[in-house]
Amino acid sequence: MTRSAARPARSTPGAPTTAGPGQGRAFLGVLGRDLAVTGKEFGSFISQVLVQPFFLLFVFGVVLGQLGYVTPDYAQLLLPGLLALNAFFVAVQATALPLVIDFSYTKEIEDRLLAPLSTRLVGVEKIIFGAMRGLFGSLVMIPVGYLVLPRVDWDLGGLPWAAVLLVLGSLAGGAAGLVIGTLVSPRRINVVFAVVITPLLFTGSTQFPFLQLENLRWFQVICALNPITYVSEGLRGALTPAVPHLPAWVCLLALLVSCLLFGLIGIRGFLRRALD
Amino acid sequence: MSTRTTAPATRSGGALDDTAPAVEVADLVKRYGRSGRPAVDGLSFAVRRGEVFGLLGPNGAGKTTTVGVLTTRVRPTAGRATVAGIDVAADPVAARAVLGVVPQRPNLDRSLDARGNLVWHAAYHGVPRARRRALADELLERMGLTDKATTDPDQLSGGQAQRLIIARGLMHDPQVLFLDEPSTGLDPQARLFVHDRVADLAASGVTVVLTTHDMDEAAKLADRVGIVDHGRLLALDTPSALVAGLPGEATIDLTLRGADAATVRGRLGEVRGVAGVDDRTDGADEATRLRVRCDGEAGAALPPVLGAVAATGATVDQVELGEPTLEDVFIDLTGRGLR
Repeated sequence: MTRSAARPARSTPGAPTTAGPGQGRAFLGVLGRDLAVTGKEFGSFISQVLVQPFFLLFVFGVVLGQLGYVTPDYAQLLLPGLLALNAFFVAVQATALPLVIDFSYTKEIEDRLLAPLSTRLVGVEKIIFGAMRGLFGSLVMIPVGYLVLPRVDWDLGGLPWAAVLLVLGSLAGGAAGLVIGTLVSPRRINVVFAVVITPLLFTGSTQFPFLQLENLRWFQVICALNPITYVSEGLRGALTPAVPHLPAWVCLLALLVSCLLFGLIGIRGFLRRALD
Repeated sequence: MSTRTTAPATRSGGALDDTAPAVEVADLVKRYGRSGRPAVDGLSFAVRRGEVFGLLGPNGAGKTTTVGVLTTRVRPTAGRATVAGIDVAADPVAARAVLGVVPQRPNLDRSLDARGNLVWHAAYHGVPRARRRALADELLERMGLTDKATTDPDQLSGGQAQRLIIARGLMHDPQVLFLDEPSTGLDPQARLFVHDRVADLAASGVTVVLTTHDMDEAAKLADRVGIVDHGRLLALDTPSALVAGLPGEATIDLTLRGADAATVRGRLGEVRGVAGVDDRTDGADEATRLRVRCDGEAGAALPPVLGAVAATGATVDQVELGEPTLEDVFIDLTGRGLR
């Protein structure tokens, strides 16, 4: 999609909807609004992103280490996991919570649904925007890790692959957020966050290497169903290859499947809520 | 503007959009869910360019659903709806570019201030960045909101919010503006201001489609009024023509005590010069309220009407003379009041 100065798009003959520059511009407008609002509320956004992982990192990586309950190496295992966790969860929250409120109470999203943009693309924008916040949320964990932990031994050659995994993990989170945001009623959102989000938090192989769960097979099976596992494991493979990890292709495949599956269900749910 | 009609040419003919009606609805049906009566049940009407068109009917008549279909938010079950010649179901994206919406419920973006709501709306609609701000300030001024430009929506009064929503709907210079119950919940002053703005719009050439359950609003603002009930169009004409079509040229409203409505109505029906009697008893108190429609002047019919009432033994509490309104038209068509 390209930008152009001409006003409303002319459709190509035979095309079912008017596509082209108009929709691209509208998409950027809607995305721009979300980014501008994030910028306006940057302080609250950054604290929402940082506080929880900071304490996880500090308590598990520093405090328990100094007390001698965990080895210093544990922090090396934990940091990539927390990057993965933030990528997914910040994205889920950025997409799900505003949608639940918008669709049920404020209807604030209506003005964007009336933009000259296919309703499907408004849903895609929600995923992209959530993913952007998720990606940002995971990237700010890197300096935090360097500041909080005594040392960080990363294989910097793995950074490009790590970036790919974070993007995919954020997109999967944004898409999962769209599923939750369009399926859950506001009365239930607290319950959903408690019974869905909390287990996801602890089954994403964030705090432990997936492959070493072989003596806890049932738990390993549950962890295999959590998309965060593949971000955590992939990141370990890229940044701390000494820690046992899943092969890269498994992580890539699992994340692509997650994006596709959540994306399809989420967009369907979005259309259902947006159109009567 | 060169938008394409994806469906066969509209009834008024002409492949060019400029000749198509601003809005055309043909045999429109909308049924929510599987069962039940359709909310819109075979509705057809056309709105001319530059016209203020009112859809008048009680709550639940299908007005909001009809506007929902026309503004691409509700998918029609059957039938066709076009805005500026664009089939809204086949090409909703193109339709959204040429229509503006003022919804029944305020839906301002509360993360943005008043000006932000306008500027970002313009961004969604591809208004060039350089023009957005000036356009927003111009519309804020037109709506009397210049000093509210940096106010958050939560801080605006109901009337101010409604004016801001109208301004937002105009930011992308739509050909047709839809207003769903534009003055519901507003105090009389705010209502008047909104009415004046709608009149301005009409004067500036924007086609306006408004829904209302308020007959005064419809009569005051609309060039033509479509009366709907149960999702069907009962009548469509100018307000004066609709009223003129009623039997009787004047009305006598009677508030009676100790009356048996049926008996009184029977007696009144025999009075010469009486064209019809509607029972408007609202049950608020013991009183019976009747509206007598009479031919010629009300003053001439008054003595025999009062005589007929007295003959039934009822006491007259109050008499009011007037002219028939759109509400009388609605009652004449449906046998019941608008509210």
